[in-house]
Amino acid sequence: MTIEEKQQEIIEEFNVFDDWMEKYEYIIDLGKDLPIINENYKTEDRLIEGCQSRVWLHSEYKESVMEYTADSDAIITKGIIGLLIQVMNKETPESILKTDLHFIKDIGLQEHLSPTRANGLVGMVKKMKTEALKYINQ
Amino acid sequence: MFRTIQNKLICTFGNIMTDLIKKPFNVKEIREQFPALRQKIYGKNLVYFDNGATSQKPQIVLDAINLFYSKENANIHRGVHYMSQKATTEYEASRIRIQKYLNAKKSEEIIFTKGATDSINLVASSYGELLQAGDEIIISAMEHHSNIVPWQMLCIRKGLVLRVAPINKKGELLMEEFDQLLSKKTKLVAITHISNTLGTINPVKEIIQKAHAVGAKVLIDGAQSIQHIKVDVRDLDCDFFVFSSHKVFGPTGIGVLYGKEDLLDRMPPYQGGGDMISKVTFERTTYNELPFKFEAGTPHIAGGICLGTAFEFLESLDMVAAEKHERELAKYAEDILDTFEGLHIIGEAKNKTSVVSFTVDGLHPFDLGTLLDKQGIAVRTGHHCTQPLMDFFKIPGTVRASFAFYNTKQEIDLFVEAFEKSLFMLK
Repeated sequence: MTIEEKQQEIIEEFNVFDDWMEKYEYIIDLGKDLPIINENYKTEDRLIEGCQSRVWLHSEYKESVMEYTADSDAIITKGIIGLLIQVMNKETPESILKTDLHFIKDIGLQEHLSPTRANGLVGMVKKMKTEALKYINQ
Repeated sequence: MFRTIQNKLICTFGNIMTDLIKKPFNVKEIREQFPALRQKIYGKNLVYFDNGATSQKPQIVLDAINLFYSKENANIHRGVHYMSQKATTEYEASRIRIQKYLNAKKSEEIIFTKGATDSINLVASSYGELLQAGDEIIISAMEHHSNIVPWQMLCIRKGLVLRVAPINKKGELLMEEFDQLLSKKTKLVAITHISNTLGTINPVKEIIQKAHAVGAKVLIDGAQSIQHIKVDVRDLDCDFFVFSSHKVFGPTGIGVLYGKEDLLDRMPPYQGGGDMISKVTFERTTYNELPFKFEAGTPHIAGGICLGTAFEFLESLDMVAAEKHERELAKYAEDILDTFEGLHIIGEAKNKTSVVSFTVDGLHPFDLGTLLDKQGIAVRTGHHCTQPLMDFFKIPGTVRASFAFYNTKQEIDLFVEAFEKSLFMLK
């Protein structure tokens, strides 16, 4: 499945929710289900300090694709991390760098990627891409 | 002698007149003056409990902003034409209104700045020039970053020592420890009047007396106090008092530094530019008198004038009744929140204002804030620009509901309902 197809799949999934509560309950459940990052990886260099919630991102380059694991101290942030990883995981650095993550806006969560939200997610997306940049053309 | 008696009579009569025009406190009538409160957020009636961050604006201030830009816009202090003269008169009238409200001796002691942060930076930069290596500055453990960082920067620049007066777990200043920090080396005590995170009201009058006894000057950060309690800078005897307009029902981008005249006179200018000069040649520049010495460049004219309007609004308000109402709101909210298991109120000072900060075991404030927002409730979550205070309490942040006199118990009920729903979703 391409990144675009994965984004479309999430958009369709979110279309069934009637109100904000159902949407956030789903995100909270995603956050609870997200495999937690290995405790050894919760290091300063993997920390993206938001003003409010903190995010840790670990990335590896294996068999030509990027593998991401991440965690946050806030459950809603963690749920959205889950969605971002679902879309970007096991993709080539080239396609990660080219991606426009429009699904966040399409499912009505754009405020979480606004700089004022200060939850570390803007920094996380940036870091996912800069990590991918390291392995471009390899 | 005659003049003194005459002045006293004018003052007394003036107070009676002000009291006469004050309407009895009526929250319903007050709310009608704040259009921002009458809106829906995500289809829900807005409950605005983020007054510690900024206050909403009364219609009288909104009208004044509109009037200025529609009809009165002109630069001040330099034009001979009608509009410039009028704008200058209004800008200076606002300064006098603020001087009278604060009970400052002279209008020259009221400096317009960008806000409380800018005022503190002005003092750090300018008063700081009078200090020497080894001199000490005392702040408290509950300061906002804006009353920490400018002093840290000054200390690095000038080789000064920054001392921090500790607090107890209730969020009260430890006065004995504060006393021990005071010495002949202390040149400045910079302390908040009311903590933005905890609501603690500090005993600033006592602090000022003690600091003066060792020859230190005192800066009071009034960003969180002026909208809640009547401030009298001469009664306090503080050397500097700073606040922001936007937290006291005025526009953003403007604020005030009050300073005692003799002190401001001794201080060098903060920034160079137009308006702050007396005579400029390429060889040498002489500076303007107070307050203009500290007001380089075209100021925020509309802001200055409309801050005066905000004070006109405050003057019409029964502040004693308004503060009583705010404290009742905080008590009402705290009593309900106290019944929730695992909820901890952060900031339990005996003397506190209408700020209710709390944490819930196992839940991140960001999650609570996000879900409250979806239900039309505006609260602040996070560290509230007081990271050292969060470290003291060993928490990442709090949820903070900060009330103004236009809030109601019905709004607190809506907040509690939304809070319960958020808890249900998160647990």
